[in-house]
Amino acid sequence: MKNNQPKRIYLDNAAATSTDPEILQVMLPYFGGVFGNPSALHLDGRVVKNALFESRKKVANILNAEAGEIIFCGSGTESDNLAIFGMGRFYKNQGRHLVSTNIEHHAVLNSLQHLQKKENFTVTLVPVKKNGIVSKEEILKNIKPETILISVMYANNEIGTIQPIKEITDIIRKWKKENERGVNDPPFFHTDACQAAGYLDLDVKKLGVDLMTLNGSKIYGPKGVGVLYIRRGIHLEPIIFGGGQEMNLRSGTENLAAVVGFSKALELVQKNKNKENARIKKLQKYFFQQILKNIPRVVVNGDLTNRLPNNVNVSILGIEGEAALLCLDEKGISTSTGSACDSARLEPSHVILALGQSYEYAHGSLRFSMSKCTTKKDIDYTIRILKDVVEKLRKISSIKVGGKENNKLNKKAFLSGGLPHWERKK
Amino acid sequence: MKKIKKIILSVNKLKKTARMNLKSDVMNQFTGQSWVYSDIVKDHFFNPHNLLLKNPKKGDFDSEGEVGSPACGDVMKMWIKIDKKNDKIKNLKWKTFGCASAIAATSMFSVMVTEKGGMKIEKALKIKPQDIIKRLGGLPERKIHCSVLCDKAFRKALNNYFRQSGQIQRIIIESGRIIDKRLNITDKDIEEAVLEGARTVEDLQKKLKVGVGDKEAIPETEQLLRFYYEKYYGKEN
Repeated sequence: MKNNQPKRIYLDNAAATSTDPEILQVMLPYFGGVFGNPSALHLDGRVVKNALFESRKKVANILNAEAGEIIFCGSGTESDNLAIFGMGRFYKNQGRHLVSTNIEHHAVLNSLQHLQKKENFTVTLVPVKKNGIVSKEEILKNIKPETILISVMYANNEIGTIQPIKEITDIIRKWKKENERGVNDPPFFHTDACQAAGYLDLDVKKLGVDLMTLNGSKIYGPKGVGVLYIRRGIHLEPIIFGGGQEMNLRSGTENLAAVVGFSKALELVQKNKNKENARIKKLQKYFFQQILKNIPRVVVNGDLTNRLPNNVNVSILGIEGEAALLCLDEKGISTSTGSACDSARLEPSHVILALGQSYEYAHGSLRFSMSKCTTKKDIDYTIRILKDVVEKLRKISSIKVGGKENNKLNKKAFLSGGLPHWERKK
Repeated sequence: MKKIKKIILSVNKLKKTARMNLKSDVMNQFTGQSWVYSDIVKDHFFNPHNLLLKNPKKGDFDSEGEVGSPACGDVMKMWIKIDKKNDKIKNLKWKTFGCASAIAATSMFSVMVTEKGGMKIEKALKIKPQDIIKRLGGLPERKIHCSVLCDKAFRKALNNYFRQSGQIQRIIIESGRIIDKRLNITDKDIEEAVLEGARTVEDLQKKLKVGVGDKEAIPETEQLLRFYYEKYYGKEN
């Protein structure tokens, strides 16, 4: 095959993974000959209905759940929305307090914010520790009698830190017992496991979760498909209305190709999990070592041990992330940054700021997220290029961050209570 | 497997067309090119002109100016040397902590004022961000207000020069630059509001409604607020 483009090194797998050819293959029939509506009674419909059921069962088995507890929807974001709005609106008469952390994905944060602003809920965002992990004690401290939902992500998308889900659900169960609440009384626990699905155990019974979000595009599956696990006995108010598909919780004809692709993807990624984890963990260790060895003034963001094995996130002091990203892109490397200059709203990453770092650290943050296709050679190449890019950008830079200089939150940079525009608007 | 290969081939074709014709947020609104930035921006970003790479020696430059804030993600520092006989810009060097568009815009500005034997000071002062953006072949709109700081750094450096050389009457007093496009609010209006006691963006919004309809105006409003506050009331402690 003729190809003039140099080989690209894709290190943005936390944003989207490539689709596995094997998964593509199982999806193909649903773009062609198998096209019926699963809600129809005739044979064409029944064939598809069966495929839908098989997929649901497959996902349920992996989660150690029942098929009736699995809802397919359009994305991880939709799944998070359904969990939060659905729960908030159903149980609002029993309380209007919601608890979450300050490093959640925007799908969770903005849903919570909407409930707070428009529907009279109160939201407590528990701050994480300096290592990007929330403590169960902090969560417990914020549970009130009127709390109906606690949502903590399984693993963070930017810095890969793994949250102590089991410990948190244990402590919630204990709280419920002491307060004479049954298992089917609020507060309930939701976790967004989109980033975790490829690397961690998803047994909902072991984890003790009531609701769990998954999606396809982080596990070598298709985009446009998500799953919400809803433990039996829990009710949600739907956010989409129509023909009553997905147990009345998500109307709309199911996207069969994506659903089949998703269940296959989840099956494969969970089957290969242990082997792949061991391999990629070594690469991660090597990646961190090489960055710290070759590039001065680098700070690792997030805990090094309790971390997804594919995630490498560092702040390279004195450089601006968007400039670095574009230089790396030019050399064939795809990454992402927490810099404000890269985002549509010109806000720096809320996750890096949540670690207690200053804005300058967020502006200089780079995330490399690996996949099963990443090799040591890719990392060696990336480090070599990164070293040049950093040297070049530091030469240009008119400031020096870090080192001897004070790296505390620079309040003097802004008037109005020392807060910039993106902090104050709330 | 044959089927899969066919699909992968079609994927490659898709990528190729995408590279040529990307209709999304990353498309440059002026040129329609698929990179976030125009080819000229790209060139100036990867090969910036007139960078100051070594610390200047005494006498290399007549004055310097610095604007921006590292917390905002952009800091610009500029050094100028004046051809006093002809009142022209003899040399201009810069450094920045900033994104690609900030680097490219400053590089372009430095070329504009030093090319063809240097620009007359009066003419150089008339360069507006829009002129730089035009020569760059466009910038994504949301990047303009924060990345085109060079004209401001230049004015600051020049004012320092005027002050040092005793040309007090030439010191530029900023006026009448529109900050909020929706309501035609200028920096002058913000300056007056600060003098009348506005201390926060909220104060300014109460007085002027600045940034209410034009959210893009807020970061610059913030900078101006800080600038005028420091100008009239000294630095915060």
